[in-house]
Amino acid sequence: MTLDKEELGSGERDTPDDYMPSQRRRDRERYSRARARRATAIGALSTLVTAVVLYLVVVSAPGWPRTKETFFDPGYAREALPKVLEGLWLNVRLLLVCGAAVLVLGMLIAVARTLRGPVFFPLRFLAAAYTDFFRGLPLIINLMIVVLGVPALRLQGVTVDPVLLGGTALTLTYSAYVAEVFRAGIESVHPSQRAAARSLGLSNRQALRYVVLPQAVRRQVPPLLNDLVSLQKDTGLVSIGGAVDAVRAADIIVGRSLNYTPYIVAGLVFVALTIPMTRFTDWVTARMDRRQAQGGAI
Amino acid sequence: MSQTPVLRMESVRKTFGGSVVLRDVDLEVAPHTVTALIGASGSGKSTLLRCANLLEEIDDGAIWLDDEEITDPRADQDAVRRRIGVVFQAYNLFPHMSVLDNITLAPRRVHGVPRAEAEARARELLERLGLGGKAGEYPDRLSGGQQQRVAIVRALAVRPRLLLLDEITAALDPELVGEVLTVVRGLKDEGMTMVLATHEMGFAREVADQVCFLEGGVVLERGTAEQVFGDPRQERTRRFLRRIVEAGRL
Repeated sequence: MTLDKEELGSGERDTPDDYMPSQRRRDRERYSRARARRATAIGALSTLVTAVVLYLVVVSAPGWPRTKETFFDPGYAREALPKVLEGLWLNVRLLLVCGAAVLVLGMLIAVARTLRGPVFFPLRFLAAAYTDFFRGLPLIINLMIVVLGVPALRLQGVTVDPVLLGGTALTLTYSAYVAEVFRAGIESVHPSQRAAARSLGLSNRQALRYVVLPQAVRRQVPPLLNDLVSLQKDTGLVSIGGAVDAVRAADIIVGRSLNYTPYIVAGLVFVALTIPMTRFTDWVTARMDRRQAQGGAI
Repeated sequence: MSQTPVLRMESVRKTFGGSVVLRDVDLEVAPHTVTALIGASGSGKSTLLRCANLLEEIDDGAIWLDDEEITDPRADQDAVRRRIGVVFQAYNLFPHMSVLDNITLAPRRVHGVPRAEAEARARELLERLGLGGKAGEYPDRLSGGQQQRVAIVRALAVRPRLLLLDEITAALDPELVGEVLTVVRGLKDEGMTMVLATHEMGFAREVADQVCFLEGGVVLERGTAEQVFGDPRQERTRRFLRRIVEAGRL
């Protein structure tokens, strides 16, 4: 184990002295290193054993040759990949546009629910009714109503584009979820923070904007990400209106070939899209924590 | 010479649910004086301060800041709070902002002071309170005493007419209490009008021009520090002070 800044008391950090690690410390560190090496070795070994066992179980299954053919055919995978990626571009665009709309709308609804005073009663009521309704309504039914029902009205000037309508339905449902996440965040900020802000003369709105919301949003980054990943997968549901996204692209090939490999490809592509997003959020959260805990350069 | 009091309370009553927290409280705070509120926990000291700052709505009575009745429902509460600084027991600094941003938030957003000017004044105040190097730090990185001094700077940054200090040393380790009290002493010398709720009897005796002893939401005894601590008239004040002495706090 090496010595880093964290292990020194704050007072000692900047004053180099002629400190020499004692024998006791060197012994401790040697022991820690040995133990760390041992842990790594055990971890590697158990991973290997687990992988081999899993492999053998799957491969020795009676239906494996057949399954391998229908789900893991390299030929179909190569054929499907470009089509799936092309479809994925639609998912990504939907995610970006709907994600942004969901965050804005969710925030507005959450703030509306926290407004006080009788003037805001209708707003509060509407916001509460909205979240209750759209959280309860199954997404697939919401999508069918919007994507299939709206064009059936044959309204002048209203789009019949399944992607736009599907995106609208997704936004409706997800902003209800995200509003609740934001509201939980707002309520998790201790009332003394609001009291401090108000006692400085900030208005209710200023206290919300400068003191409560920044803290609320920071705390809610992990659950927000959870909802965004979920949204990313659900963008595939717009295909019920005929739009060709990654899943639908795979579906088309499956329908033609009766080989399921394209589904596997589409699934892996979605996973691959999620992982960088998770890592990015982890990084952002860690950076925020670090800054808050250690202070930054002015 | 009698001047208009900075803060005046008349027959203030405050209840929480069924329990009466303040009963018929009268208080006058003259300009450039220090008023200390003493009494056991739960005697109503903090509630009195929160009422003065309109963080709590009073049930009856009236409160004036200078000549304006601030408990008038037509009064602009934000405008009233702008003229009163508050320092809380638990500091209540904003953890997501640097020390400098904590201090300049109200001057910039509420009083419209340009950033450069607000920051210059903040740095000057920090320097004076021995926090010169801490402008860029976040509150979590500071000791309790440093955080509380930052909270004082934050309250002073808007040049308040009146400063309310709510047991500002109660959450501090004993060796950090001194640095905060030194700051309050300095403010008294500069003529800041202050009302402080405190358990530091020695300090109250030293800085207060007026001492009010609260029990059960009633001001049982008031007078100069000399009189209340030296020659209390009420038996219950005597009993309270005796307990404090026995606990080694005076």
